[in-house]
Amino acid sequence: MEYHLKTPVPESQLRRLKMGDLVYVTGTVITARDEAHLKALDLHERGEAPPVDFGGVCIFHCGPIMRKEGDEWTVVAAGPTTSARMEIFQDNFIEAFRPAIIIGKGGMGDRTAAACGKFGCVYSAFTGGAALLAARGIKRVRDVFWLEELGMPECLWVYEVEDFGPMIVTIDSHGNNMTKDVKDQVTARMKSIMEELRDRHD
Amino acid sequence: MTRLEKVVEDTAVELLRIAATELPREYVEAMQRGLDETEGAVGRSQLGNILENVEIARESSKPMCQDTGVVAFMVRLGDEFPLRSDLKQILVEATRRATREVPLRPNAVDMFSGNTGDNVGLKGHVPILYIDLIPGDGIELTAMPKGGGSTNVAAHRMLKPGLGWKGVKQFIIEAVANAGSLGCPPYFVGVGIGGGEDLCMTLAKRALLRPFGVWNEDQRVAKIERELLQKVNRLGIGAMGLGEGPTALDLHIEMAARHPASLPVGVVISCWALRHARATVSRDGVVEIDKSG
Repeated sequence: MEYHLKTPVPESQLRRLKMGDLVYVTGTVITARDEAHLKALDLHERGEAPPVDFGGVCIFHCGPIMRKEGDEWTVVAAGPTTSARMEIFQDNFIEAFRPAIIIGKGGMGDRTAAACGKFGCVYSAFTGGAALLAARGIKRVRDVFWLEELGMPECLWVYEVEDFGPMIVTIDSHGNNMTKDVKDQVTARMKSIMEELRDRHD
Repeated sequence: MTRLEKVVEDTAVELLRIAATELPREYVEAMQRGLDETEGAVGRSQLGNILENVEIARESSKPMCQDTGVVAFMVRLGDEFPLRSDLKQILVEATRRATREVPLRPNAVDMFSGNTGDNVGLKGHVPILYIDLIPGDGIELTAMPKGGGSTNVAAHRMLKPGLGWKGVKQFIIEAVANAGSLGCPPYFVGVGIGGGEDLCMTLAKRALLRPFGVWNEDQRVAKIERELLQKVNRLGIGAMGLGEGPTALDLHIEMAARHPASLPVGVVISCWALRHARATVSRDGVVEIDKSG
């Protein structure tokens, strides 16, 4: 199925998404990588709010190339980064801030999948490296936070997007995880190749 | 700054721009073939997105990926080329300029003070310079910016020599399987065998730069390259690790002698965006650029 969603995305819509669905988003996408996750969670633990509301919007694992022309920031390139690095705290982030869609590449693990199930969130994969395809969907840079402190790749960029995609839902809120399924198949094939090599005499 | 120094700096900036914005045709064609041979919609969409993105990059002269990598230059310096140690500073300046002009993402992080902002790093180690001495009066420069995702899935192991080729092959297959979806497949796989704990990694990185589809000139090694390329594709990681389409487009092995007690193996993996560009500069400042894969 193909879906064109608008942020804030209600949980009922997110629950409808299934692994393998194609998704395009219009609305708000906020970049956050390792350090932004850590900083936001740190604030949350201390009872303080981050400078922007992550609720119902998309969190994009992305460290973009940005350019400032006059007072205006523009996006040069903004593809996804490897999401697996965020696996160690993504579940806490989902619980604390209740974003709608986590966007990244390379997939995520059991902890994130469990949080998606529990809180009605999904993970969708944007093609890795397709930074200009992603930039095309970003219509405006609304805000930037923590730029001085964290630097261009790690800070929070708040984008207004239009039909941002295509993305593939690889973790839905029903316990499915495409990356994990493929990984299990790859491991099984690796074992059989290893056995072939072990048994061969040449 | 002398005229020749300026020519070398301008050339290095241009090489970084080409590397970041123009994917070699050979790689594009290989992915197009991969797309033609892929039946699943998920795999086809990933390869289609990559190809479309690559064309936007070429037409708009923008970086194809936001991760423009840590900058490395391979330098082959002719005996009679007039510039010597000054070259290092020239390449550092070229890196700063390319960061502003292309632009490249600042990717040099100091563990204490954070991102340096100009892709120039701690104590002169970044950009990474590999310098070879060669006969002649020219210089050959290769710019190779490499992204973090596929760099993170590199693998290194000091095998027991008794494991022999069987052990080497198993380690390489294991390394690619472990890379899985993380380094933006379809991959290019570079392997270095022998030479000690460090050289095997350097050889593996250099192996990525051998022209596309050209097997090792030693037929015994070439046979193993073909076997391993076929085997890693049987893993079925697929484009972006979603299980459809090619896992690896090419696999090269470079070899060095090893210590009798050591069997070092390095595996360096590149994402689909294997970015590099090469040029020669003569002592008179004549530049020839080579964009082939």
